[in-house]
Amino acid sequence: MNKYISKGTKPTRQGFGEALAEQGDKDSRIVVIGADVTGSVLTSFFAEKHPERFISVGIAEQNATTIAVGLALSGKVAFFSAYAAFATFRNADQLRVSVCYNNANVKIAGGHSGVTVGPDGATHQCLEDIGLLRTLPNMTIVVPCDYEQAKKATIAVAEHIGPAYIRLSRAKTAIFTNADDDFQIGKADVLRDGTDVCIVACGALVWEALQAAGELETKYNLNVAVINCHTIKPIDADTISAYAKKCGAIVTAEEHQIYGGLGSAVAEVVVGKYPVPMEMIAMQDRFGESGEPDELMRHFGFTAENIVNRCLLVHKRKIEQK
Amino acid sequence: MSFSFNDIIFSNEQRKPDDYAAITKELKRDILKSLALAGSGHPGGALGIAELMAVLHFGGVMRYDATNPTWKERDRFILSPGHYVPVLYSCLAHCGYFPTSELATLRKLGTRLQGHPAGFGFTPGIETTTGSLGQGVSIAVGMAMSDKLIDKNSHKVFCLSGDGELQEGSCWEAAMSASMHHLDNLCWIVDNNDCQIDGRVKEVMSIYPLKEKFESFGFAVIELNGNDVEQVISGYEQFNANHKNKINKPTCIIAKTIMGNEISLMHDKYQWHGNPPTIAQAEEALKELEDTNNE
Ligand SMILES: [Mg+2]
Repeated sequence: MNKYISKGTKPTRQGFGEALAEQGDKDSRIVVIGADVTGSVLTSFFAEKHPERFISVGIAEQNATTIAVGLALSGKVAFFSAYAAFATFRNADQLRVSVCYNNANVKIAGGHSGVTVGPDGATHQCLEDIGLLRTLPNMTIVVPCDYEQAKKATIAVAEHIGPAYIRLSRAKTAIFTNADDDFQIGKADVLRDGTDVCIVACGALVWEALQAAGELETKYNLNVAVINCHTIKPIDADTISAYAKKCGAIVTAEEHQIYGGLGSAVAEVVVGKYPVPMEMIAMQDRFGESGEPDELMRHFGFTAENIVNRCLLVHKRKIEQK
Repeated sequence: MSFSFNDIIFSNEQRKPDDYAAITKELKRDILKSLALAGSGHPGGALGIAELMAVLHFGGVMRYDATNPTWKERDRFILSPGHYVPVLYSCLAHCGYFPTSELATLRKLGTRLQGHPAGFGFTPGIETTTGSLGQGVSIAVGMAMSDKLIDKNSHKVFCLSGDGELQEGSCWEAAMSASMHHLDNLCWIVDNNDCQIDGRVKEVMSIYPLKEKFESFGFAVIELNGNDVEQVISGYEQFNANHKNKINKPTCIIAKTIMGNEISLMHDKYQWHGNPPTIAQAEEALKELEDTNNE
């Protein structure tokens, strides 16, 4: 039943780094700003290929962001990448006033998001970026689900006119989408159709959702839809409300805080268009901690197993309501 | 009560110092009238930089085309303290970007003349939003990088910051990067009126010594009296020479100015940072300007 199988593992940051360097060949307007962590967020690929369009500003994220605005207002497509924690919160005022109010063509790539950063601990495990950026007018937010999609998302973000944020991970995760799959900002991918429950996930949780849906079918005879909601803003309200209606129950899954992320965005749509029972898998309003990525994913419930349980729960609530 | 605004376009050409008196007075009149009509806003800083703005916009220092605000060959000016914007709106109106009558709409619902500069493209001639202090200087650095490092053209970027604004740490991130990337196309003017909302800059949080700071950050520093047109003309000439001679350093003009300059009600009083004149106070000040005109 699952047409999506894992073809190995690579981190989404690698897809971003490779695609950005390649897109630099096609689009001479692209300029990349480095803030010391280029070898981690892999803008180093672009810097090696296009040194004349790479500008290093050191550990100065506020300056990096506003310099990007100056470049964008001079006709460039300005990319700035650093760890998500420092590429969104350290420079939040710059993002609000200079990037978004100007509607400047600035692209922020937040690497090392979520608990899969691992042993570095809570300071570096950014779990609040989506919530923060979702409140900013003009901002587009994209969370690719694997290496392959990260490449397409990077190109789409580069071609998009206006501010955009692409959320990336450090850890290697399953590559399961295909090179010829469509990618369109604002258009969620229905990876698997279903009628009993709909799982709406983003990032690394999409693969877990697909595993959960398979198990729900074989073990519990439930027909579960899986939506890869790679664009958090603007959210694909049409697809989400159609599946709320079709399945009558939703589980959201994301490597982000419970407040303000994908779950909140989906709930806003569902409440307004077609209210159904929902369960949200997310960080429960607490900070992360050190540990290996796999351990942390299990510890905080970012697993297929937890998705299965929450699907059973929401399905029960749906039946009871009827 | 309403004020009318003189519908007059000033050309952009080299002028003798004496020729600026009429222009700076016009800018000051506009600031007083538009703020009194708005009933809110920041007169002190705007009045203090009238000479710096007059020479920059009407002295042949910058290249621009008011009929084509997005002209690719233009030089740029970024006003980092966005609250000074009434003086910039006045300049842009007298450049011909929009009618001077629009100055009466400052800060009113539906206006193009927002309380602080709105996003690029919203008001003709405004290059960027500013208003959160410290950000404009980094935007100017980004523009200068685009011109010098990427496009390798000969455009110039002018940026004016406040002095209290330099308490924002990101200003020094901007200074470091301008220097390391050899942005000799960048002219950073510091409006050194030693005033900020809470009092004297040297008492709220000293930024001094300023000349030594910018020199140690790798700038060519020019100190001058920003309310003396002759010195202002010479300051911009020195920057233009630095740019032409490719000195590989950004230029910083530290301009000593007086907040609310030559309006006796406001002269050197930090209390006028963010209080508008009443209509009566504005009328009084306009009369005072008129009288000095007739001296
Ligand atoms: Mg000041």
